Amino acid sequence: MVKSSSNKSLHRMQNRSLLLAGLLALVLMVVISLSAGMGYMKIAWVDVLRVVGGSLTGNEGIVADVDELTRVIVMEVRLPRILTAAAVGGGLALCGVVFQGILLNPLADPYTLGVSAGAAFGAALALLLNLTVVGIYSVPACAFVGATATLVLVVYLSSSAGGANANNLILSGIIVAAILSAGISFLKFVADEQVSVIIFWLMGSFASKTWIDVGLSSTFLLVGLLVFAFYARDLNLLCLGRRAAASLGVDDRRVPWILLVTASLVAAACVSVSGIIGFVGLLVPHMMRALVGPDNRRLLPLSLFSGAILLLCADTVTRAILPHEIPIGVLTALIGGPFFCYLFRKRQTGGRGF
Amino acid sequence: MGFALCGIGFAHPGKTLFDGLDLDLPAGRFTGIVGPNGCGKTTLLDLICRHIKPHRGQIHYAGRPLGEYDKRALARQIALVPQDYGINFPFTVEEVVFMGRYPHTPRFGAPSAEDVDRVSRTMADCDVLAFKDRPITSLSGGERQRVIFARALAQDTPVLVLDEATANLDVCHTLTLLDRVAGLVQTERRTVIAVFQDLNLASAYSQEIVMVKAGRVVATGPTAEVFTPQNLKRVFDVQARVAVDDFTGRLQVRYKRF
Repeated sequence: MVKSSSNKSLHRMQNRSLLLAGLLALVLMVVISLSAGMGYMKIAWVDVLRVVGGSLTGNEGIVADVDELTRVIVMEVRLPRILTAAAVGGGLALCGVVFQGILLNPLADPYTLGVSAGAAFGAALALLLNLTVVGIYSVPACAFVGATATLVLVVYLSSSAGGANANNLILSGIIVAAILSAGISFLKFVADEQVSVIIFWLMGSFASKTWIDVGLSSTFLLVGLLVFAFYARDLNLLCLGRRAAASLGVDDRRVPWILLVTASLVAAACVSVSGIIGFVGLLVPHMMRALVGPDNRRLLPLSLFSGAILLLCADTVTRAILPHEIPIGVLTALIGGPFFCYLFRKRQTGGRGF
Repeated sequence: MGFALCGIGFAHPGKTLFDGLDLDLPAGRFTGIVGPNGCGKTTLLDLICRHIKPHRGQIHYAGRPLGEYDKRALARQIALVPQDYGINFPFTVEEVVFMGRYPHTPRFGAPSAEDVDRVSRTMADCDVLAFKDRPITSLSGGERQRVIFARALAQDTPVLVLDEATANLDVCHTLTLLDRVAGLVQTERRTVIAVFQDLNLASAYSQEIVMVKAGRVVATGPTAEVFTPQNLKRVFDVQARVAVDDFTGRLQVRYKRF
């Protein structure tokens, strides 16, 4: 009797998560196709599907009566932006789950190790010096280099103090980020009329993204997803602390590093493509944990989908609904911040919250 | 399946803890480790669980160097009930106990009937079934400790390492859990290695005692031979009387300061 009830409650949780994952995947598909029709020029939902279907199958017959402009808008302007936003949202949410788990800190986010400050510094430098080594991708490339260099420095700082622990990592991240943000301020100071370009980049945007951005962000996302899925169970154990994880068979010298470095690289790719977008990586894991519990095998896929949906919706609001496009990073912070306060307050007053 | 530590050297940053430590921990016995605060008891457990590596010397488990074991294989041999069980994430009690079965189930595999069965039984043994669906973050310290105890029992290993595993438990749960593991030693020849702060629990349950002071083994052997007023004076600097208590029928220690 005991056995069957134990089995049942676990099964119920698994079924619920599967159902939820399917539902979220469906919602993501719908949001993608709906938002492709929204904007300065309204395009019917059916036409969007026909254009995409035509391009995917190469069957010109389906799109014969859709005009060329509509096709270009959907395929070359809106879809790249939409898919990039979805990939970045999913990526940031995934990284948030991993960082919170490994650093044993529910307040950690993808930028805890200073990745965003590093990317911002790299990007600001590239904008200031007008670097054009790799054409229009010079800024994202410099941002990525800045982010990875920061990661290496933070990891070096925290591991030299005799085996890195969560507190060392967080502290090193804060120190390095503080230095870098002073550096960014300095770059802004010397930038003169260039300063607005830097500020706009820092606030984040998905405007004029191309298929190359889609490719870059989704490649990192996919590799990250595979690594996280492989280690999802070890991540559960790491959530209980290093000593417990080690005694349950996790290689506690290797696995945390693999996960941290992978998550930071995914976050670096996201920041490089889109600028700094806060709160997605902090909020989504919390919301999902309140829904399905902290088991990372359920949490990771659900966070991926809901992060993608959330950021895509936010980007669609600023692109197609607001009278003026405001930077996406500002919008997510304006919505996410108060919502986080609400969640935090709810936990303080006794609900399971997160 | 015992441990043999030979010439162990280990230092924390700024403090040498062990310098040429030799120690045998026999298989199939309940061994208690006692000593004053900071004498290296927990570090000793960390060494035999391979959570840390000795800077010098060799540790053998079941005749093989400890370093040769694969991590997961080792987790099927040695289970640990740690002192710190702070958990920030609201896993349910059942989920936490199931984690004890991870070393036995393949990475992407579903739990087998045996896993489910063993988890239910250990939850019953540790008296945590009543709150198996509650998040562990909502439990009291003692309740959490029983959950972690259940997780270690679910791991079903020949060796069980307890680091002050009953420090937060009420007397009844303490006796129940220690009786349970002592029973495993008697009936299945399992090995228990337990660090105790409470000398009376150590003397009541241990078959062997290791007394440690400042990183050195002061005395080791059968409990009745090691638990002497002289040894207790050397290690803890207290006056002590040791006798079999006629109420509990077990070896009990009474002590006072000089």
